[in-house]
Amino acid sequence: MQVKTTILSLPTEEFVHPGTRACTGCGLAIAYRVGLKALGKDTMLVVPPSCLTVLQGLFPVASTALSGAAERGDNFIYFCYDNEGYMNTGAQRSGTTPIGAITANTPFKGKLQQKKDVPAIMAAHKLSYVAACSAAYPLDLFDKIKNCMHLPGTKYFHIHIPCPPGWGYDPRYGIKIGRLAVETGYYDLYEIVNGEFKLTAASEKLVEKRKLVPVQEYFRTQSRFRLLTDAQIADIQQKIDEKWAGYYNKDE
Amino acid sequence: MHIIENGNAAAALGVKLCRASVIAAYPITPQTPLTEKLSEYVERGDMKAEYIPVESEHSALAVCIAASSAGARVFTATSANGLLYMHEQVQWASGARLPIVMCVVNRAVGAPWNIWNDQQDSISQRDTGWIQIYCADHQQIIDTVIKAYWIAEKVSIPIMVCYDGYILSHTFMPFDLPEQEKVDAFLPPFKPEYALSPEEPANLNTVTLPDVRLDVRGELAHSYMEIRYLLQEDLRSTLAVAADAEKRFAKIFGRSGDPYIESYRCDDADHVAVGLGSLTYQLRVSVDALRKEGIKVGVMGIRFYRPFPDEAIANALKGKKTVIVFEKALSYGYEGALTSDLKSALYEHLAGTVTLPSVQNFIVGIGGREIRTDDLTQMFRAATKGRVSREPTWIGLKL
Repeated sequence: MQVKTTILSLPTEEFVHPGTRACTGCGLAIAYRVGLKALGKDTMLVVPPSCLTVLQGLFPVASTALSGAAERGDNFIYFCYDNEGYMNTGAQRSGTTPIGAITANTPFKGKLQQKKDVPAIMAAHKLSYVAACSAAYPLDLFDKIKNCMHLPGTKYFHIHIPCPPGWGYDPRYGIKIGRLAVETGYYDLYEIVNGEFKLTAASEKLVEKRKLVPVQEYFRTQSRFRLLTDAQIADIQQKIDEKWAGYYNKDE
Repeated sequence: MHIIENGNAAAALGVKLCRASVIAAYPITPQTPLTEKLSEYVERGDMKAEYIPVESEHSALAVCIAASSAGARVFTATSANGLLYMHEQVQWASGARLPIVMCVVNRAVGAPWNIWNDQQDSISQRDTGWIQIYCADHQQIIDTVIKAYWIAEKVSIPIMVCYDGYILSHTFMPFDLPEQEKVDAFLPPFKPEYALSPEEPANLNTVTLPDVRLDVRGELAHSYMEIRYLLQEDLRSTLAVAADAEKRFAKIFGRSGDPYIESYRCDDADHVAVGLGSLTYQLRVSVDALRKEGIKVGVMGIRFYRPFPDEAIANALKGKKTVIVFEKALSYGYEGALTSDLKSALYEHLAGTVTLPSVQNFIVGIGGREIRTDDLTQMFRAATKGRVSREPTWIGLKL
């Protein structure tokens, strides 16, 4: 088994210099910083209009282009940072906004539709590598980048990025909220290597623990979920439990 | 060597002779045979290039933009709604000052669907900062592709080489196939002033602010307005570069013409028809017919449409009584875009010096409606006798 990177063995060279345009407490800055440490110097970055440059980088604007490149097997790593909305234009709903979340253009009812499962769509391209990561677990992200760099074709990373203004929380709680998303089983860390699915890091440990934090704990940290009713939360909890029952079954 | 081929093949052969190294395209009628031909060259190994079969026209130009930024000589081609789908990237390519060459095989745009020829597609991209050159036959197609790379790389501005769908793209005609050695002598390998490279990390086309500011070296850097101004300046000076290209081409290939316009029996003409592309060759038949009747007419094809060779055009039309513009496109809500451009050039260069010619506008061949030479001749004759209509006149309309 590959040795897991720790905060002590993480490379100290920095590629992200002070002065990014990210907001205070933005999870993206962490993913960016740690991701570039894993990618190293010999890297060419292409950044579409997004929070850092001024995201609708992927959903839905560029998904056709990404799908085309993935189908052709172009050799590159695609990092989709998922802040669950069009955040650089002021937090409007996007395909990956979760159900029930209040956004700038779903102000009174919250989003009525399900979140689009983009890593599953990318996995359907039969890529050599698909990973779901979180800014709250940067070492998991680091190791996954290292894992995939030798693999052929398109590699896809989905990174859950807590967004203080878009999600409605005090910037200091970003990591805590990112972790709660994982600990509640609401957002899972995994990798799919040549078609083989495997939970990683904290999500992997949850399978051993067989105990999820109630999802309500996650929802109440963010003002965007304030419209969710108990019935809606119970419904979401049930879906999470069903998903995890599947993980537990696989484990047995 | 003379060969007989269709217009799409002429374009493909031109691209091959220019040694483009990255080609990205999405099939659309009537462009398809051109890019199929290129994929054939690449797969057979006749052409050392990467052919990227993208999933959309937007991606086709995005790939060209990326590859050109990295220093490759690139090519793409499209038609009609494919060009419209590309539009966002079209603007990007010129703003980013990339010497991309793209063939636009002219076709009507939807709605309603129509796959036949007119020129609404490329005319609708007039204001995107690209150079636009129109071809009237197969020789012009292949020669223009070769000249286009030279010009584009000299001025760092992308070029649309436009030719009529079917009328040129799918018809066979003899033309001289330039020798590879001569093309190599004409067109040296592409050496970009700036190219993306891991050795020299750089940000390209990042956010610019409304005003200038100091860059990381402490120097005052251009902002958006300066960058756009320079695009305009360089487009205007492209006219001189096009003349150089023509001279250079003539020296190596022994063929030459006016770089901007192509006049037929215009010298002593009182009335001159003006148009873009293959239509102007058809109008030569009308000119010959009307000359037999004793009416002094000529026809002028505009090859360079953007940048607009306003001075050359105004000089060529100086002293004429009537200018009759035949167009396969329209600035909806007014008149043909070329008509407006011509009026502006005439006013700018001739007003106050001579009597301005009367300008009339005919709209023809929209959506592939057959353009009968007899109809052209009849309207041409009528226009020489006085104004047919204040509004553009649609020829062949069956309401």
